[in-house]
Amino acid sequence: MVAPAPKIVYQRPASLATRVTHYCPGCTHGVAHRLIAEVLDEMGLREKTIGVAPVGCSVFAYNYFNHDYVEAAHGRAPAMATGIKRVLPQQTVYTYQGDGDLASIGMAEIMHAAARGEQITVVFINNAIYGMTGGQMAPTTLPGMVTTSSPGGRDVESMGFPIRMSEILAKMDGAGYIVRRSLHDPANIRKAKKAIRLAFETQERGLGFSMVELLSSCPTNWKLTPVDALTFIEDRMIPMFPLGDYKVNDEIANLRV
Amino acid sequence: MAKKLYKGNEAFAEAAVRAGCEGFFGYPITPSTEFLEYMAWRMPELGRAFVQAESEVAAINMVYGAACTGKRVMTASSSPGISLMMEGISYIAGTEVPCVIINVMRGGPGLGNIAPSQGDYYQMVKGGGHGDYFPIAIAPASVQEAVDLIGLSFDLAEKYRSVVHVLVDGNLGQMMEPCEMPPMQELPAPPEWAVTGAKGRDANILSSIYIEPADEEVANIRLLKRWMEIEENEVRYQEYSLEDAEIAIIAFGTSGRVSSTAVRQARAEGIKVGLFRPITLAPFPKKEISALAKRVKRILVVEMNTGMMLEDVSQCVQGQVPIEFYGRLGGMTPLPDEIYDEITRISQNMDAPASPNPRLEWVARLEKIIEGEK
Repeated sequence: MVAPAPKIVYQRPASLATRVTHYCPGCTHGVAHRLIAEVLDEMGLREKTIGVAPVGCSVFAYNYFNHDYVEAAHGRAPAMATGIKRVLPQQTVYTYQGDGDLASIGMAEIMHAAARGEQITVVFINNAIYGMTGGQMAPTTLPGMVTTSSPGGRDVESMGFPIRMSEILAKMDGAGYIVRRSLHDPANIRKAKKAIRLAFETQERGLGFSMVELLSSCPTNWKLTPVDALTFIEDRMIPMFPLGDYKVNDEIANLRV
Repeated sequence: MAKKLYKGNEAFAEAAVRAGCEGFFGYPITPSTEFLEYMAWRMPELGRAFVQAESEVAAINMVYGAACTGKRVMTASSSPGISLMMEGISYIAGTEVPCVIINVMRGGPGLGNIAPSQGDYYQMVKGGGHGDYFPIAIAPASVQEAVDLIGLSFDLAEKYRSVVHVLVDGNLGQMMEPCEMPPMQELPAPPEWAVTGAKGRDANILSSIYIEPADEEVANIRLLKRWMEIEENEVRYQEYSLEDAEIAIIAFGTSGRVSSTAVRQARAEGIKVGLFRPITLAPFPKKEISALAKRVKRILVVEMNTGMMLEDVSQCVQGQVPIEFYGRLGGMTPLPDEIYDEITRISQNMDAPASPNPRLEWVARLEKIIEGEK
């Protein structure tokens, strides 16, 4: 009797490179990377995609992907992506940015890329902290949250309030798809993947600027176990950063993928 | 092709288009704005990329991204805008992607003013951004020369995967002069290192990060060796009536051009004076100036700054002959008569001892001139 051919149920996406991770245990960057790679594979975009890495923990994002990549200056990824997309309008261009990169030093670049309706996709990792430099307050740090630069907890009177980027960018006429998802459990990870797919669909259809904000964990700098960090996302971050679709172009809303 | 009357900034822009520039990213700033305005209609007309960015910071990072695709790309700005771009320029240099940056220089520091200046010499010639890198710096003295050198700038940028700075000042950007445009160039195919989508090849990664110091050291050595090759092969300068000269003026760009008028005037009076005009400020014509110092009795450096190139000239001259300096500052352009007066003063005092600090006497003379101009 001939054994039935094994059915492959899980394998490395072609868009993902073979490499040992440098991310901390329990960090969700790896999950986000894989979701992007799966979407690029499924859409057949790998050979026409150019990624733009940020400054932050994911400064080495390009090491994990098997497609063309550039590495931007801190906060400037949307400008760099604009330059690439404008001279190669047929190619797929995305940025991968953290909250310090996107919502602090790169605020002008992200706002204007959205205002211009740049046909680029942004994957925005919001973990409410500066990871790479060792846990300083980010523009998305929660009120009262202790960081190395808000040791008494973020005092909104003197340090200001967290910035909700999806809500802000959804107001831009140039934006075609702006949603917030979370990576804290499998069901939400599946929803995040679908959102990344729809963001790239938005770009491929020329429907404007697209961004998926992903609530992510930073166990190391939050000083929590990986499991507690996921609970922190659910219990503390989601109330401040509600999940949802903030702007979805009609064509994308009606799209079945 | 026939000569046509062009405004400087518009001529530079058209020259860039003809050299095959496929992406222009800029931000309005006087006295370079006409460059951006010209590109705003010219680039879309040809199906090429033009973006008015939200800032010079964004503009240079658009240039950075577009440069990574291997296409000929550029920006043009003026002094304060160039300062904002310095972060991106350093990244571009570190990533070893080619681009051309035109600085239509104006008076400074700070907001300064919008009048012509050469006060960005250090910034443009020595680097300006952080880290170990060497830009090529080219200084034309007329609209026609700028048009010709912009084509060369793209060639050099590509050949050496280098940043090329073109230094002009508000005079050249704003003046109208007849000039002849080169023909339209074919657009080159992307080089192997470019990010274009990894179709049928391994992925290309372009980055300026070398997290291991030992790797950064290797990269720094690569950049240095490339720079030394540039120093060996790409020095450009112009000599004017230096054959029998006893006094040599050394001046670049507009101050070089004004000096040439003063030289003609002095020659008519029988004074043996000539002009050495560096066209590349980086690489600097070190050997040539050192050799020149052996032939002449005195050197006069003329600049529209406080004597920035003066320091480079002094290094080359090594005390072989006395050096004097004349400059106008803050957006003031010297008149030929002022330089002529300097030439006659020097020619009447050929035996005066060399000053240990030529700036000292110059400032005293300049303050008197300013008093007289009131």
